[in-house]
Amino acid sequence: MRFKTVTSPHILQDASVGRIMRRVLYAMLPGIAALTWFFGWGIVVNLVIATAVALLAETALLAVRGKPILLHLGDYSAVVTAGLLAVALPPLAPWWLTAVGVLSAIVIAKHLYGGLGYNPFNPAMVGYVVLLISFPREMSAWLIPHGLDQPYALTFLETLRVIFNGEWPARFTIDALTGATPLDVLRTQLGLGLTVTEIRNSPVFGIVSGYGWEWAALGFLGGGLWLVYTRAADWRIPLGMLGGLAIISSVFYVIDPLRYAPPWFHLWSGAAIFGAFFIATDPVTASATPRGRLIYGAGIGVLVYIIRGFGGYPDGVAFSVLLMNIAAPTIDLYTRPRVFGARRG
Amino acid sequence: MSALKSLFSFHGGLKTVRHKTESNQSPIQSGVLPRRLTVPLRQHIGAVAKPLIQPGDRVLKGQMIGQADGYISAAIHAPTSGVVAAVESRHVPHPSGLPDLCVVIDSDGEERWIDREPVDYRHRHPSELRNILRNAGLVGLGGAGFPSAVKLNLSGSDDLETLILNGAECEPWITCDDRLMREQAAGIVAGLRVMAHLLKPRDVLIGIEEDKPEAIAAMTGACAGTAYEVRPVPTRYPSGSVKQLVKLLTGKETPVEGLPVDVGVQCFNVATAYAAHRAVDHGEPLISRIVTVTGQVRRPGNIEALLGTAFAELVEQCGGYRDGVERLIMGGPMMGFALHSDEVPVTKAANCILAASAAELALEQPVMPCIRCGACVEVCPADLLPQQLYWHARAREFDKAQDHHLFSCIECGCCSYVCPSHIPLVQYYRYAKNEIWAQEQEKQKAELARQRHQARLERLEREKQEREAKLRQKAPAKAALTSSPPPAETAEQGNTAVASDRDG
Repeated sequence: MRFKTVTSPHILQDASVGRIMRRVLYAMLPGIAALTWFFGWGIVVNLVIATAVALLAETALLAVRGKPILLHLGDYSAVVTAGLLAVALPPLAPWWLTAVGVLSAIVIAKHLYGGLGYNPFNPAMVGYVVLLISFPREMSAWLIPHGLDQPYALTFLETLRVIFNGEWPARFTIDALTGATPLDVLRTQLGLGLTVTEIRNSPVFGIVSGYGWEWAALGFLGGGLWLVYTRAADWRIPLGMLGGLAIISSVFYVIDPLRYAPPWFHLWSGAAIFGAFFIATDPVTASATPRGRLIYGAGIGVLVYIIRGFGGYPDGVAFSVLLMNIAAPTIDLYTRPRVFGARRG
Repeated sequence: MSALKSLFSFHGGLKTVRHKTESNQSPIQSGVLPRRLTVPLRQHIGAVAKPLIQPGDRVLKGQMIGQADGYISAAIHAPTSGVVAAVESRHVPHPSGLPDLCVVIDSDGEERWIDREPVDYRHRHPSELRNILRNAGLVGLGGAGFPSAVKLNLSGSDDLETLILNGAECEPWITCDDRLMREQAAGIVAGLRVMAHLLKPRDVLIGIEEDKPEAIAAMTGACAGTAYEVRPVPTRYPSGSVKQLVKLLTGKETPVEGLPVDVGVQCFNVATAYAAHRAVDHGEPLISRIVTVTGQVRRPGNIEALLGTAFAELVEQCGGYRDGVERLIMGGPMMGFALHSDEVPVTKAANCILAASAAELALEQPVMPCIRCGACVEVCPADLLPQQLYWHARAREFDKAQDHHLFSCIECGCCSYVCPSHIPLVQYYRYAKNEIWAQEQEKQKAELARQRHQARLERLEREKQEREAKLRQKAPAKAALTSSPPPAETAEQGNTAVASDRDG
């Protein structure tokens, strides 16, 4: 009998890029649910717009580049990019803002660099930073969080009108609904000479950090831990990032607790948890060695603190991730594991 | 109890499918005597054996038909009595698919043995004993086929600290060592005694994966009253890889580009120990081995097959193929290679024939780009960065691949197994290694050519000077006799030139 010849191994584990990406999407669900509860239907609408634009852009670019379209749409990487960007945008962001962000991510940050696996920068964060720099006003219009059951909450239809037509319902003014984020409040009021303790009495704060925000952080932590458990994300990156952030914020907190927020506040605020488990863990743009991933994560954590405390923006996850993306190849070079049988030291 | 005894661990590795029970439930059967045997003269690592017979010669069972050619080589024996039909190139089970020199023997069905001379190893000089094993054609039966006599010679180095017997058998599907340990534990331990007598190790350890309780019990029983210790090791592929097993049992890491003996450890397969026992205590050279025949055959099991038996005959003995066999694999599914045909002979390296259907095999899935997820790094037992090696191999940056320790790769296949992008990583590493070897050979050839050219120029120069010196010596004498140069001189010069051209 004659047989086909193929090289070993002849058996493979049941794994695929698509499955990893789908797990990332599932893991985002608790956080998305919490965000939707506190910030309204806009979160869901943003997700839908972002996903639609991402799929269209991905299809077009794959076609132009002569790549198999269905195969690559099936890797879900475009949907993940859309999801990561959408939850980072203000809930009532105009539709074109979301579209521009997603196009920057998919077209420029991903495909112009060679597509999945070849992009040096995290696409979602490139999209986010493009928007943050180009449209600072739209990007800072965050809603004041309150439950969907509250009279303040916009209905689904009202949300659609705001996002697509810019029409605000007559019963509210834009100022009644939007406000500064907790990190923003902390930043501006520290600038006014207030102490952290005084600022913490503001109604924008909840039990640990921002009211509403802290529940989203809890949701993302739960999903993130599940990602780590299923090994869709490497535990070293979130540990490194949250560890780095915890250490540097503790140092400053010990130096002056009146001027610097406590470490638990920093860990639980803004995009720290979300960034640690969902953004920094993008393997394509992260360091690829075990020790390198700890260092890479820690670098992001420290940079986040520096930007929050001393930089020009209230939060700094996007910038920190992009800065560490640049450093990843160098980190890899200097953190190669000791090969089996190589001399120690 | 067992987990506590194994004190060390290695990085990486995998829990793979097992598929051991298909073939390990029934005793080892003897192979049916084939009418024709095709015995390759190279069944080992090293030089092809020198044929000692010619077509038409009668041979006896166990008669040496191929002599070890050099130190790293092994003798080959007639597996049965009969007549040599041919000595020619035939298809052999080798990844290259290239034919190799074989002795074809038509069996006479009488199984007439040579005179077998059992020896008492305790009263033999080590070098004499090594010679007996060398003449018995003993090679590693775990699959690599390295001549055992070489590994049993430690002259010049320090005493051996640990002698390890490898009964891990970590590859899925394969059960030949498992059955051998269950059924011939006493014989294995007898062979181990011979090896220990030659190597004088301080400790003797036998490593067996935990999923073989019967084999562990049998070997423990056979070791009763000796200082040999059976150590169950975790069921984690590739625990049976030499360097990983040495680490598991002793905690010692074999140096990069080194051998276990560099850290005072020597390791043999259990089947090799059994073959040593047959050679010394029964005077029988290595003419058969246990082969697992499994997968999509009707009655999977283990067969003690004469070397040279066609794979097809073993499959026949196991009831023939079931429907849907897509691939025929020699060895296990992780490291074995796929054969073109089942008309190839059993060799000393043939531990398993796996007839695989689509159900056993990985689906052929499209290769996606590497997303640097690092799953390969987690499982690599050599602590390499497989994704970086892939990157460099693909870009033909072989110097960088070597800088990332390409040659520490043992090709165990763990990285390919877990890759979510289905990249055939091991194939890239083999490709890179082959390219580097080819380049090295090319370089050596060029260097050799350069040296030869240099030597030729020097020789020509030397000859010229010698001639001139001769001329000068003769000149005064000749000047006294005659002023014209003798014609013989020119003729000689012409001859030299022709000779030099031929040399070059």
